[in-house]
Amino acid sequence: MATVELRFSALPEHVRTARLVAAAVARRAGVDEAVLDEVRLAVGEACSRAVGLHESHDINSPVRVLLIEDEKKFSIEVGDGVNGDSGAHENGAAQGAAESDAEGEDEMGLAVISGLVDDVEVTAGKDGGMIRMTWPTTTAAVLPQGG
Amino acid sequence: MDLSLSTRTVGDRTVVEVGGEIDVYTAPKLREQLVELVNDGSYHLVVDMERVDFLDSTGLGVLVGGLKRVRAHEGSLRLVCNQERILKIFRITGLTKVFPIHTSVEEAVSATD
Repeated sequence: MATVELRFSALPEHVRTARLVAAAVARRAGVDEAVLDEVRLAVGEACSRAVGLHESHDINSPVRVLLIEDEKKFSIEVGDGVNGDSGAHENGAAQGAAESDAEGEDEMGLAVISGLVDDVEVTAGKDGGMIRMTWPTTTAAVLPQGG
Repeated sequence: MDLSLSTRTVGDRTVVEVGGEIDVYTAPKLREQLVELVNDGSYHLVVDMERVDFLDSTGLGVLVGGLKRVRAHEGSLRLVCNQERILKIFRITGLTKVFPIHTSVEEAVSATD
């Protein structure tokens, strides 16, 4: 089970909330302070991309973000509701030329994520697409002191 | 924090001071501002990003769009930025080769090539 799960309506104004929550949970999980900016940016990119995909596909379901704390690592999964079989995740061909701008931003977002995060996995399936990003955590994680 | 925008003219340059967060929600406001400036005949822009706390790919897209617009009028778009976390985003996307990035507004305003 995810440490923290967030679902938000696919609207641009909520992406900031997702960034703030992800950074807060990452800090608690023991992700290095120096890397928190990258976590914030990467999760923002993934959420922006998901919001864009929901908008362009007229999907009403929320974007979901799972923040998962494991031993020695912290992962974030951002899931969209776009059926991967449509081709949208492979090359955007299904969208046609009319949405080339949106697709360009989508590509730029993925470029930023792959530039920032060493451990990234992008998957597409019938239930939607998912970006999973993982960071190592320090052993000196922020543990509660005596409760 | 929301996005703040203000413009001023220095010689033949228009300085756009941007503050706050440029993301998928606020970037359209910056896009509108740049489009409006170009439509009003300001083709030499300096975007001062010293007070920007956050920039994502949507913001980069808007800046690239602004550059495309001013270039259509043989203009220029220069950035002012000293913040490492913002500069990093330009570096990993290769955009440091596309935008002239200056350390101060004075330097950007007086730059000629």
